[in-house]
Amino acid sequence: MSEAATLGVMVAIGVMAFVTYLCRISGYALMRYVPLTPRVRRGLNVLPGCIIISAIAPIALRGGTTALAALAIAILVMIWRRSELLALVAGLLVVTGLRAFGL
Amino acid sequence: MSAMLPPENTSADHQPATGPSFTLAGCREGVRLMLPLVPGVIVFGVAFGAAAVAKGLGFTETMMMSALVYAGLSQMVALENWQAGWSISSLAALALLTAAINGRMVLQGASLQPWLEPFPRAVNYGQLFFLTDANWLITERYRARGGHDLGVLVGAGIGFWVIWVLATMPGHLAGALVTEPRRFGLDLLMPIYFTAMMIPLWKGRVVVLPWLVAGAVALVSSQMIGGYSYVILGALSGALAGALAPDGSEP
Repeated sequence: MSEAATLGVMVAIGVMAFVTYLCRISGYALMRYVPLTPRVRRGLNVLPGCIIISAIAPIALRGGTTALAALAIAILVMIWRRSELLALVAGLLVVTGLRAFGL
Repeated sequence: MSAMLPPENTSADHQPATGPSFTLAGCREGVRLMLPLVPGVIVFGVAFGAAAVAKGLGFTETMMMSALVYAGLSQMVALENWQAGWSISSLAALALLTAAINGRMVLQGASLQPWLEPFPRAVNYGQLFFLTDANWLITERYRARGGHDLGVLVGAGIGFWVIWVLATMPGHLAGALVTEPRRFGLDLLMPIYFTAMMIPLWKGRVVVLPWLVAGAVALVSSQMIGGYSYVILGALSGALAGALAPDGSEP
């Protein structure tokens, strides 16, 4: 029984690994067949920023004041010093501090 | 790609004179650029290892998942929905869940494609195994500064992989030592890093409309649909807005 259970787990891990690898390669693989017209180029040009905004906007809103404060500080520090390490540390300090006060 | 070393380029903000290359120096630069994120990856990896023990995964299984899947958020969410036994339908559900969470990688790969095009296909299909949020982001920033060395993507990708796999180990062995990652804001680590990285990706007025559209669509779809598809919907809508915008505003 435990042998079968382990086999099932291995298959599950294999499925996850396969699907994830497909996700990793398919953007590259598919875009090779899309001609790089000026429009496509403009879309791709703004895509990285759009992925980031889409990923963080709901988290920022759901995270409430703490998350918004941390992200705002990170932006300000990044503009000020252009260092992602400083921005990261400042953001985490804000979160730790605000949460220590029970926010 | 042969190892053609670009001339020493001391001012990082200026476009290197060389074309696309894949060098050891580039890999080292990738490793250097990933260092700020290493502590966060370690804690996340340890937390995953600990969560895997709690769900009854063995040591080998846990290590294999980290090494082969190498996508932290999808691994965590999969654990939340882990089954005692696996049927065809529960495996299909797991595949869908994984695709929904990691679907953003399709877009990340697409955004990198023009940059990857000069390199042999076999190299790209191999190195893309190591594509993850962090090394993608590092590369986009490096690329925005005019960098052409594939080593930055690969060096950071393999570096994060090694640390992720190694960090899974103590987590599994020590169990739930990191019981409160929230307390130190580690749940917000990637969002904070992502946010900071938007500054170097600012390309002037052209990005305003796409970014607004992306954010608005992501917010609305995360409210209405739930799950993780909001990243894809938001990003695609924003890119579409960018593509449809009239030309001429570009530098």
